[in-house]
Amino acid sequence: MQYFYWIQGVLSGNLGESMRLKSSVLSLVQEKLPVTLQLASMAIVVALGIGIPAGIISAVKKDTALDYGANIFALWGISTPNFWLGILLIFLFSVTLGWLPASGYVSLAENWRASLATTVMPAFVLGNAIAAILMRHTRSAMLQAMGADYVRTARAKGLYERRVVLKHALRNAMTPVITLGALEFGTLLSGAVLTEQIFTIPGFGKLIVDAVFNRDYAVVQGVVLVTSTIYIALNLLADIAYVLVNPRLRG
Amino acid sequence: MTASTLPAAPAADEAREENPWARAWRRLRRRKGAMVGLAVVILFVVLALGAPLIAPYDPIATSWSAVRKPPSWAHWLGTDEVGRDVLSRIIWGARASLSAGLVSVGIALAFGVPLGLLAGYAGGWIDALLSRMVDAMLAVPFLILAIALAAFLGPSLSNAMIAIGITATPVFVRLTRGQTLAAKVEDYVEAARAVGNPHWRIALRHVLPNIVPPLLVQASLAIAGAIIAEAALSFLGLGQQPPAPSWGSMLNSAQRFIEQAPWMAFWPGVAIFLAVLSFNLLGDGLRDALDPRHK
Repeated sequence: MQYFYWIQGVLSGNLGESMRLKSSVLSLVQEKLPVTLQLASMAIVVALGIGIPAGIISAVKKDTALDYGANIFALWGISTPNFWLGILLIFLFSVTLGWLPASGYVSLAENWRASLATTVMPAFVLGNAIAAILMRHTRSAMLQAMGADYVRTARAKGLYERRVVLKHALRNAMTPVITLGALEFGTLLSGAVLTEQIFTIPGFGKLIVDAVFNRDYAVVQGVVLVTSTIYIALNLLADIAYVLVNPRLRG
Repeated sequence: MTASTLPAAPAADEAREENPWARAWRRLRRRKGAMVGLAVVILFVVLALGAPLIAPYDPIATSWSAVRKPPSWAHWLGTDEVGRDVLSRIIWGARASLSAGLVSVGIALAFGVPLGLLAGYAGGWIDALLSRMVDAMLAVPFLILAIALAAFLGPSLSNAMIAIGITATPVFVRLTRGQTLAAKVEDYVEAARAVGNPHWRIALRHVLPNIVPPLLVQASLAIAGAIIAEAALSFLGLGQQPPAPSWGSMLNSAQRFIEQAPWMAFWPGVAIFLAVLSFNLLGDGLRDALDPRHK
C-alpha cells in the first residue's frame, strides 16, 4: 500500500521528503544532478578521447608494440580501483606538485576555470576505466570490420588507407561501441559514488552515500529511481543512434 | 569437470580427440598473460592461507613508538597511523579480499545458475518473470545496488559478501539462460529427450555440463569485480570493520594521511590492483582457451 502511494506520488512528480535534510527529494536531485552530469560528461570526453583512438590504432597496428601498449593500458584501466587512482592523483598533483585543489567543487556558472580545476582529476579517474573498456571493444570491432569485404572493396578502389580506416571500417565498427557507451553510464554512476567521496564533490554519488549512511530511505528510493530511468532512457537513445549510424537498419 | 560430465560433451566426431578440458588447459598454458595471472592468484591464495606464518607482525597490534614510519628494514612497507605494520596488514587483508571474491561469486553462481537454467529450460511465464526481475536489477548500477544492500544488511564483511553476491547474480542468470536456450535445441539434448530422460536430468546432466565454459570465464572476471567491490564497500566503511585488516579500509584511513604517509595509500592499492589484474588476465585467457571459435 505504501508502495502504491509512492508510485502515485512519483507519477505526479513528488518523490517524497528527505527525513534528514528537511527538503523534497526532487529538489535534492535537481541540486546534485548537474554536478554529477558535468563530471560524467567530462569523463565521457576523456573516455572517448582515449578509448576510441587507442582502439583504432591497436587494431590497425595489430601485433606491434603500439598494440601491446594499448592492451596493457586497457588491462591497467580495468584493474585499477578508481578510488586508489584518485588518491594517487591527489598525492601527485595536489600534495607534491600543488597544481590542482585536492577536493571541493566550484560550479561552472560561478567560475569556469576553478570549476575545471576541481573536476579534471575526478573526470580523468572516472573516464580512465571506461576508456579501457571502450578501447577493447573498438579494437575488436575494428579488427572485424577491417577483415570485411567492403573494406577490401574500398582498398581495391585505391582509396588512401587513412580514408579506408576512418570512413569505411570505423563507421561500421562504431555500432557496438555506441551501445556500450550508453551501458557504461552505470559504471560511471557507480564510479561517481567513490570518486565524489574522495574528492568531496557534492554530487549525486555523495547524495546516495550520505542517504544510505543516514538511513534516509526516501532519498535512496528517489535516487535509485532517477538513475534507473536515466539508464533506460540512454539505452533507448543508443538504439536510436544505432539506426543513425547504420543505414541498413533504416526503413 | 569430473569424468561423469564427459559423455554429454557435444560433437561425437571429436570424441576421438583428447578430452576437452585437457585441450583447454594446453591452450591456456600457451598464453603468457593467463599463466602470469594464475601464478599471482596462487601467490595471493598462499598469502591468504598462510597469513599467520608469513606476516612478520601482528596485523592489529598497535605500537605508539612506530607511528607512520616510512618503509624500513624493520617495516618493509612502513607503518600506519597507530603503528601497525602495513605489510602484515596487506598479507592478512588478502584473506578478506579473496574470500569476498570467492564467496560472493559462489553466492551469485548458486542462485544465478539454477535460476538461469530454469528460465531458459522452462520458458513461458517462468522465463518472462525471471527475465523481468533480472532486467530490473540490471537497471540499477552495480555498486549503487551493492551499497544499498550492504547498508540495509548492516556493515560487516559477511554482509558485504552477501550484498555483492546478490548484485552479481542477475548477470549469471542472464548468461545461463542464454546458453541454455542455445544448448536446448542441440541434437544431443534432443537425443536425451528421445530416450525418455526426465527434464531435471536433461537440464543437469546434458545442458549444464555444456554451458560450464562460459560460466567459468564469467566467474573469474566476476571475482575480479567482486574484489574491487569489496574494497569499495570497505573503503566506504560498509565492509570489513576495523581494526580487522582489509585493503579497502586501509585506503580509507590512508586518505587522511596522504601528505604525511603516502606509503599507507600506495601499497594496499597495489595489492588490490594485482589481485584484480590477475583474475582479469586469467579470465581473458580462459575465454580464449575455452572458446572454440578462437584458435
